[in-house]
Amino acid sequence: MSERVDRAVHAVRGGGDRVRTAVARRGFPWRAPTAPRGVEVPPKKKHTGVDFETDWARKPAARAARSFIVAGPLKGMVKAVADPEIVGVDRLADLRDVAEDTDGPPPPVIFAANHASHVDAPLMLTSIPRPWRSRLVVGAGADYFFTTRLTGTVSALALGAIPIDRTRVNRRSADLLSSLIDEGWSLLIFPEGGRSPDGWGQPFRGGAAFLSIRCGVPVVPVHLDGTGAILGRGAKWPKPGRSKVTFGAPLLPTGDDDARRFGERIERAVAELGDEAISDWWSARQRAAAGTTPSLTGPGYHGWRRAWALTEQRARGKAGQRRRQQRTWP
Amino acid sequence: MPRPGFVLDVDRSTPPTLFWHGEGFRLEKLPAGRSRVIYPPEPLAAIKDIDAAIRHALLHPIDSDPLPALLFPGMKLTIAFDDISLPLPPMRRPDVRQRVIEAVLELAADAGVDDVHLIAALALHRRMTEAELRHAVGDRVYDAFAPRGMLYNHDAEDPDAMAYLGATPHGEEVEISKRAAESDLLVYVNINLVAMDGGWKSTATGLASYRSLRHHHNVHTMQHSKSFMDQERSALHSSNWRMGKVIRDAGVKIFQIESTLNTDTFPSPFDFLSKREWEWSARDRASFIATAGSLKRTPPRIARKIFHGIRAPHQMTSVQAGEVEAVHRLTTANVYRQQLMTVEGQTDILTFGIPFICPYNVNSVMNPILVMVTGLGYFFNLYRGKPLVREGGVVIMTHPTPWEFHPVHHPSYIDFFEQVLSETTDPSVIEETWEKQFAEDEWYRHLYRTSYAYHGVHPFYMWYWGAHAMQHLGRIIIVGGDPKAVRRLGFVPASSLDDAFELATDVVGRHPTITHLHTPPLVLTDVT
Repeated sequence: MSERVDRAVHAVRGGGDRVRTAVARRGFPWRAPTAPRGVEVPPKKKHTGVDFETDWARKPAARAARSFIVAGPLKGMVKAVADPEIVGVDRLADLRDVAEDTDGPPPPVIFAANHASHVDAPLMLTSIPRPWRSRLVVGAGADYFFTTRLTGTVSALALGAIPIDRTRVNRRSADLLSSLIDEGWSLLIFPEGGRSPDGWGQPFRGGAAFLSIRCGVPVVPVHLDGTGAILGRGAKWPKPGRSKVTFGAPLLPTGDDDARRFGERIERAVAELGDEAISDWWSARQRAAAGTTPSLTGPGYHGWRRAWALTEQRARGKAGQRRRQQRTWP
Repeated sequence: MPRPGFVLDVDRSTPPTLFWHGEGFRLEKLPAGRSRVIYPPEPLAAIKDIDAAIRHALLHPIDSDPLPALLFPGMKLTIAFDDISLPLPPMRRPDVRQRVIEAVLELAADAGVDDVHLIAALALHRRMTEAELRHAVGDRVYDAFAPRGMLYNHDAEDPDAMAYLGATPHGEEVEISKRAAESDLLVYVNINLVAMDGGWKSTATGLASYRSLRHHHNVHTMQHSKSFMDQERSALHSSNWRMGKVIRDAGVKIFQIESTLNTDTFPSPFDFLSKREWEWSARDRASFIATAGSLKRTPPRIARKIFHGIRAPHQMTSVQAGEVEAVHRLTTANVYRQQLMTVEGQTDILTFGIPFICPYNVNSVMNPILVMVTGLGYFFNLYRGKPLVREGGVVIMTHPTPWEFHPVHHPSYIDFFEQVLSETTDPSVIEETWEKQFAEDEWYRHLYRTSYAYHGVHPFYMWYWGAHAMQHLGRIIIVGGDPKAVRRLGFVPASSLDDAFELATDVVGRHPTITHLHTPPLVLTDVT
């Protein structure tokens, strides 16, 4: 048996060698060209990372495919893994009415949510109300989702992802996103810039606020609860659980707001929604009025006490309502 | 930042070089150590807001009042525009002409101008079809003007539609479209693809008749235009400028709008055609293999259809308007900015591939005469100063050169090829013996006016176009062409490039220098 396997492997290798030799013998253009001496060959144009082209993913065919993927397999997967409860959609009613009054598409908005898990993007895609969902792009880390042509293609097709440079301010990303918003596309962005490293949130970056000011569109704060326990950073496989998506009232920059100040308002709004998600609206409002809303970034101390506080926090939220693990005897 | 043109010295590491071969390609290995390849400059960046640039040009013209100040109610306004021969390949919609004409018409509408005619300034070229006119001026303009007979092709053989304006001190008669000559304002909308286009040539040639054209479309002028692309040394240019003065002195008021395009010539998946071979990516190589392989198996008619379906992505790099000569100086500078590159020294053998298209076979057949004119009329003349190839040198072109003509577009070409070239290929003898007969032939005249045929005299002009090169060169070889057709042209057929080099040895010796012109995209060489 092993002899037969060896022979087969040898035959395949031999065949491969023969093909390589035949191609080599035919030369250019079957083989890569050699460069003339003294000629500087320009570096190859990158097609990955921030340079990944995603125009095709916003064409009707790709949108139809994404619509099918989101409404079908993705929704089923999210339901199975995260069993979401969606609240606060009524806060978007005014924006939706604008669309209905004008008989046109809804005005574009920027959805800004906290980020703890790979489940967050699919969860948001399946939770964002339909009029915005059909024209939605997702800001995704160019250094993570677009490192290869394959991952980039899958992300762009299934999620409508747009590559964003997380390491520095990138004009190309900013111009692309603002032109898309100007064209009527809504944007889902996670202003923390990446998944939480320890389960607590991270300070919000200014991207969502900057785009909102630049394009004059509202930001809808969204809080996601419970997803960190399902597939947090470091986890290889999801642990099915429950989650809660809380939409907040749209925020518009005021005349005094610059990107930093408006970014702080957005972060505060998400924190208040987080408080609302694990308590109730009225208590959360009172704490917000008193300026005692718990911060998204958690307590100021480090080490085990921070992890301990996280367990307490999660116990009060959706993560505390873990579904019973199905066990087979014994 | 686009790279300037580049002259490559071929060595043993140089990959095979791409040659056009009609509706196909060849990859040829050039001899190392004595060959060089001229790669054109890369396309310049296009103007970002083209419509705003056009509007700015109309409102801030050079040496002229702004266009709105020249428009008034009750006036006669004529807009003439370049025909199907420009640009090449035809550009993607919207065409530059459409953008400019719409901008002019908007101002005319604001000024209350009712009497507007639009004329395709095609001289003795074939008439443009409805689809071609729609592509050039856009559907909005076509639908508004064509049904009312206010958008039409120039007819140089309609005696009632031509106006004689006088003669130059050299005795050159100037006769142009009567409607254009009698208008209160003639707006000429031009596309400058090469340095030869534009200026007074737009009106003095585009709207002229045979009576006028014969004074500069002749063997003497062509042999004294060294080259057509060099305005300082072009007898063709000088003649048109003299005629322009007659037109101006006759009181014809012209507002010239000229635009230049970048050399972004081929869309994906044909964009490898503009690249340097050693920079071809795996995708480019796969595209080449797939394209070249499938073209070999494709019937010529279908291959032609595919190639003529190409819509070039080239875009506007400048637009200027106002007084003809002032505008044209700026336009020429902008053409040079895109196309000009310096090449050191002449060569013994100049090679180039002839592509599927030239100004006279858009949506048509590249017949043997057009192969000649593309090679010897156009590519040979892409120089300033000295020709790329030395006097007595050899030109080697690659093209299948089939014995094939478009019976509707080129009827007089068929007779010229059969009757005239079978007798002689000497341009002067041809001009003297047969030109008048073909130019005044009633049947050709009828086909030019009512069908889609080039004028009877047009094949003669094509032949004269190559007169300077024929006079300059020691031998002309076509590789891969139909031997019978090539011999009829008076050239030498060769089955391979190596054979062609061998055939050239008794003219240029055993170890000649070779220069390959990697065009299109277009280039203009300043030979030092």
